[in-house]
Amino acid sequence: MNWESWQAFWAMGGYGLYVWGSFGMTLLCIVGEIGLLRRHRLQVWRRLKRMKSWDPQ
Amino acid sequence: MNLYYFASPSTFYPLAGKLIPWFAALAFILMTAGLYISFFVAPTDFQQGEGYRIIFIHVPAAWMSMFIYVVMAFWSAIGLAWNTRLSFVMARALAPTGAMFTFVALWTGAFWGKPMWGAWWVWDARLTSELILLFLYVGVMALQAAIDDPRRSDRAGALLNLVGVINVPIIYFSVKWWNTLHQGSSVSLTRAPSMAQTMLWGMLIMALAAWMYTIAVSLARARSLVLERERQTDWARAVLEGKA
Repeated sequence: MNWESWQAFWAMGGYGLYVWGSFGMTLLCIVGEIGLLRRHRLQVWRRLKRMKSWDPQ
Repeated sequence: MNLYYFASPSTFYPLAGKLIPWFAALAFILMTAGLYISFFVAPTDFQQGEGYRIIFIHVPAAWMSMFIYVVMAFWSAIGLAWNTRLSFVMARALAPTGAMFTFVALWTGAFWGKPMWGAWWVWDARLTSELILLFLYVGVMALQAAIDDPRRSDRAGALLNLVGVINVPIIYFSVKWWNTLHQGSSVSLTRAPSMAQTMLWGMLIMALAAWMYTIAVSLARARSLVLERERQTDWARAVLEGKA
């Protein structure tokens, strides 16, 4: 175990800003990408369903 | 059953749908294990203290940024050569994830460079060529988005992909060819890695997690793309009506 306390964990030996800035941005990117993907899928579905309702076939 | 069987969108769509949860679950498990090693198992570095832990994202992200580009160029080449519909879709589906990893590699690099080198950014060969990679990803996506006809859009994007792939070896060898501030590679196929075992394992597991994530996300994106493109076909109609 590397850490004496939670405080030490968040401080990262003085590199807190850099370590958490990196991991945080990565998390944000992943969450953002998955969110955009979901939205894209929903948009495609909605558009295709709407197109179908106009389609007499 | 031959290779063309899987190249058919009607086979691909349900198959990808079944595979995605597995790759997503693997990505999640590997990422959890990788993060645990990154923070609780890997020891403090004797030179960089705790700041080096950025490596567990930085290196896998940088690997993925280059690797995804090569895979994208591969699908583009296949698409241009055989005009297979799914190849172009795969190339297109990979681009945003590749751009994301390139951005992450650059961002984490800046957040690592600042405490260790004293600068967020330097115009060094490695950093500059990686930035060009980001521009290439964005350029491919913008070019594809700018052309309305999907077939022309596919071909134009694929061509730019193939031209841009020359940048990948430049990034990879930049630390050898030029005098760079960026360090050389710590992991190589030809010699023993110059780092502690647990650090190496943490990095490899994180890289594997990134792989699984990339597969899951790009398959999901390819599914939406293929459904949209094949909307006139029977199988797509059946999917939309909830019959498949």
